[in-house]
Amino acid sequence: MSVHKHGDSGPGCAGSCCLKVADLGVNFGNEEVLHDVSFHLHCGEIVALIGPNGAGKSSLFRTILGQVPHSGVIEFQRAGGDKTRPLIGYVPQSPSFDRGDPVSVFDFFAAAISKWPVFLPAPKKLRAKVTACLERVHGDALIDKRLGALSGGELQRVLLALALEPLPHILILDEPLSGVDIDGEKQLLDMLDEIRTRFDLSILLSTHDFATLDQYADKVILLKSQVLKVGPPDEVLSSPEFQAVFHLDLGKGGRN
Amino acid sequence: MELWYSLVELLPFEWAAPGTFFMKNALLAVLVVCPLYGLLSTMVVTNRMSFFSDALGHSAFTGIAIGTLCGLADPMWAAILLAAAFALLFTYVQRKSNMASDTVIGVFSSTAVALGIFIATFDSGSFTKFNSLLIGDILSVEPGKIALLAVILLVVVLLWLCSFNGLMLSSVHPALADSRGVQVFWQEAVFSMAIAVVVTVSMTWVGLLVINSLLVLPAAAARNLARNMRQFHLFSIVAAIVAGVAGLLASYELGSSAGASITLYLALWFAITFLLRKTRL
Repeated sequence: MSVHKHGDSGPGCAGSCCLKVADLGVNFGNEEVLHDVSFHLHCGEIVALIGPNGAGKSSLFRTILGQVPHSGVIEFQRAGGDKTRPLIGYVPQSPSFDRGDPVSVFDFFAAAISKWPVFLPAPKKLRAKVTACLERVHGDALIDKRLGALSGGELQRVLLALALEPLPHILILDEPLSGVDIDGEKQLLDMLDEIRTRFDLSILLSTHDFATLDQYADKVILLKSQVLKVGPPDEVLSSPEFQAVFHLDLGKGGRN
Repeated sequence: MELWYSLVELLPFEWAAPGTFFMKNALLAVLVVCPLYGLLSTMVVTNRMSFFSDALGHSAFTGIAIGTLCGLADPMWAAILLAAAFALLFTYVQRKSNMASDTVIGVFSSTAVALGIFIATFDSGSFTKFNSLLIGDILSVEPGKIALLAVILLVVVLLWLCSFNGLMLSSVHPALADSRGVQVFWQEAVFSMAIAVVVTVSMTWVGLLVINSLLVLPAAAARNLARNMRQFHLFSIVAAIVAGVAGLLASYELGSSAGASITLYLALWFAITFLLRKTRL
């Protein structure tokens, strides 16, 4: 990713569309969860957030989503320099809903994207719209399945389709690969790759799967209540900071 | 009411003969209350709030005890107020603490009951005057109260049309609902208050001890069969109405409590749906 570093909106952000996080801090009560977090996220980029459990990955996401009070700056600018609130598509961790609930994929989707009460017979237009959204993730066949009957990968695709409607500037995925098998994982990552080029949006995801980073991520952020290391996957995985946190060396050729 | 009476008089029942009104009132009340419970039931079950609605019944009892102590002519209004406040406070505590919801419910429920009994028996008061609340008597319902119930039904249907999507989303996935701009706290608070009002108003006729079954069983049975929200609502409401009417008729024939009879019909229906349910993942 080459970015021209000039202009007045801080380093690395000029002109192109970009999410800028600077000196971010978050406290829950007296407990400091995040401090001095700074990074940039550019359009068309896939950035992976790694760190041990409790490092503040989910808190960082919730802060970017505007659900948590914070200190520091979160700024978004569109291509051309306009500063506006970004539309953020959020794919949460797989929900822990009751697997027997009579909620179909259509119910779930329609409830999220429209005002039409889902307990009434649905208008054709709404159904067509939901089908179109699901087609983006090649999931239109899932529409009448119950949420509880979906596999991990299928559920992630439905959540992803939901996050893409309305089409966001930034897509945030909280551990999209947990509970997904190897085939599903590859399918999901290929899909993300397809999405970022097709819709030109930035993708920020958290993961514990370091093996796929090299192939899919443009940039890796190592987080443990602060940013320990930012850079290309290879550089971060072979860094002393990474080794100190995970007691692993996964530089070139390394696989866990 | 005149229209209703003349309509019911067409039915071939002993109690439908002109001149007696209590069963006609009761039938109308059942036809209003049951869809209400069928509707609320779907969310109580989806949102895993069965114990919560039970606790609300307890707080309604406390409200009646307080209302009686204060010498109000109709303690129901005090009970509605208290139950609504209770619902709001409960939602708040549950959101702001990291306690499991059954713990929060236990805390609130036992406090409400203790307070109710304390007030009811205060100054060597007798508890027996509250016994009728525990069993309920649907035959004592008056046309004015039926109108009130009908208004509540209308309000709940409107509430459902406006906020069901948000409610369902928050129950399936709170974080997602939040990220899509659903006011999770207020959705839940309004919904809990709706349950509080419905439980309190109908408690006198249905009976405190069985009222919760009306909030749980219709949707619990529907859940066994339904594959989506439309079927879920349809099954739940129809089951509530059918069991309501059947229970009322049975209670007339057998002289048993209407609330209990309705509940037993629903329980039977639940057992049938449980056996019929498709084995699914």
